[in-house]
Amino acid sequence: MGINFRKETFRDDFTFRNSPEHIRRFPFPFHEDAYMYAVNIEPHVPGPKGSVLEHGIDVDEHYVSEMHDRALVLAEDPLRCQSLPHMTLAGWDLLELLMTSKAESYPEHFTLNRDGDKWHWINRPLGIDDRFTFGDVSTLPYGPMEYITRQSQGDFCILDQRDGNLWMDAGIVTTQADWSLDFDIGMNFFEWHAPVPLAHEKGIFTRALKFLTNIQQGAPARRLNWTMTINPRLDTSPENYHKWGTDRATVTPENVGQKVHLRVELQSFWRLPRSNALVFPIRCYLIKMDELVTSPKWARRFHRVLRDLPTELADYKGLSRYRPTVLEWLSQYDDGAATSPGFGPD
Amino acid sequence: MTAKTILSRPVYGTLSPQPGKHHLFIADAEGAAAILDMANSAPAGFFADAHIMFVPGATGTKYVEPLKKLQPAQFYEGPSIASALPRLRQTLATAHMGLRVYLSGTEGLIGQAMQAALEAGIDHTSIQTEQRGSLARRVQCVHCKGITENVTTQPATCSHCGLLLLVRDHYSRRIAAFQGVCINAEDPTENPPKEEIFR
Ligand code: HEM
Repeated sequence: MGINFRKETFRDDFTFRNSPEHIRRFPFPFHEDAYMYAVNIEPHVPGPKGSVLEHGIDVDEHYVSEMHDRALVLAEDPLRCQSLPHMTLAGWDLLELLMTSKAESYPEHFTLNRDGDKWHWINRPLGIDDRFTFGDVSTLPYGPMEYITRQSQGDFCILDQRDGNLWMDAGIVTTQADWSLDFDIGMNFFEWHAPVPLAHEKGIFTRALKFLTNIQQGAPARRLNWTMTINPRLDTSPENYHKWGTDRATVTPENVGQKVHLRVELQSFWRLPRSNALVFPIRCYLIKMDELVTSPKWARRFHRVLRDLPTELADYKGLSRYRPTVLEWLSQYDDGAATSPGFGPD
Repeated sequence: MTAKTILSRPVYGTLSPQPGKHHLFIADAEGAAAILDMANSAPAGFFADAHIMFVPGATGTKYVEPLKKLQPAQFYEGPSIASALPRLRQTLATAHMGLRVYLSGTEGLIGQAMQAALEAGIDHTSIQTEQRGSLARRVQCVHCKGITENVTTQPATCSHCGLLLLVRDHYSRRIAAFQGVCINAEDPTENPPKEEIFR
């Protein structure tokens, strides 16, 4: 049985929503009633059938529409996709990872045939059927990273590893929580994380970097991160902040359920075989408050997390203006009952 | 001295004479004083094969003669950083192996000269920096990507698109600039007053 791809928008009329099955598989990021930064990294092993962790690279009902949104962003601003000259090999590595993963996990939608370096790629949802020579850039319409990530949900950063650090030397970033690839490209792990509050002092980035630089091929890892977004807008870039920033002032008690979204990033870390680079897919999942509260546990827990979130984190995530309104709305779903441990709905 | 604020921002040191024969100095304004201070502890003949590039800015003629007195092999005086950059790139492109580079003055000068040196393949460990003088910032508008030079206020107006920008501490060495982000994007009727804080 194939995926039923929704036709929807992440801008203008914002027709995005989740089907009931997709609400259930939402990667709710809180395993307890409070949140603080931690080195929350675990092996990226396959999860339960139907969950976003079933496959290494998840494809869901929003795939086709998300790829359309990415194309719109890139047409408007080509600086969202950049690769420093030494990163082309890593781009081929990524192309291989994504094509083989998709073809293996979703054979009804994707097919990859390989005869030496003659590759044949079929992407049925997007109507793509291309033959090319692996390693020969002139046989693809874009560079290898851009070609395959125009066909893959989520943002991607490719990190070069040298001098015991990771360097953001390539990436495609169109569904980001307010950071700029164009500004950060070429920075190392500590530099691009510089604006994050509290985590440096807690030693989180030092420990995380040590873990990441030791990741081996075939043993990917993952973590979840979260923020909130007003309207189901994928492209909350700093580049366009002067256009979408006013959304944050439009939240009212009446529209919280439809307008306010929890935004979760499933981030994974993969060692690439030829380049020894690390690729970092940042896959964004959105859920409306109306959808979230269909799980009583999620509603109670998110109310408590948001209520007790340290001010530094709320300010950094840009929630401060509408937090009181959302809390007031969520409080009607929190009867004070205990919540069970773990991520899942009860 | 600049307070250490955020990890993307470079840390500057104090110029000191490095072993080697070939020395390139690039300075603006009060950055000249850093060269002169260093000269006090330099061995005899240190400047015999040195090249000094200097952009006096508001310091006018104050440092020009003292720098010339060091008797560098080459001395250049330019009207602006932008005008000095082509010469700097050419100098770096034809540099000897083992060239030592010394940058002193404003963050804008250090950043742009550093950018040119790294692009020319100079190893960053052979570059010394010392910040002196104005704390004015070079700011890239994250929206239109235009760079505004000599920003002294918080917030500041982008000289290209006109948006009112919060000048962040987040710094890109590649762009040699701080990041500017629209300060009243959520409520365009807000108009926070400009304060002169980068001096
Ligand atoms: C190599 C892979 C990684 C990349 C490319 C990456 C990239 C980023 C970027 C660009 C930001 C936004 C910073 C800004 O405000 O401008 C960020 C935020 C953050 N990163 Fe990472 N990161 C990576 C790995 C990690 C890991 C392993 C941790 C683990 C503990 C981590 C923890 C965080 C935290 C806590 C934030 C703040 C997020 C928030 O509050 O919304 N990152 N990261």
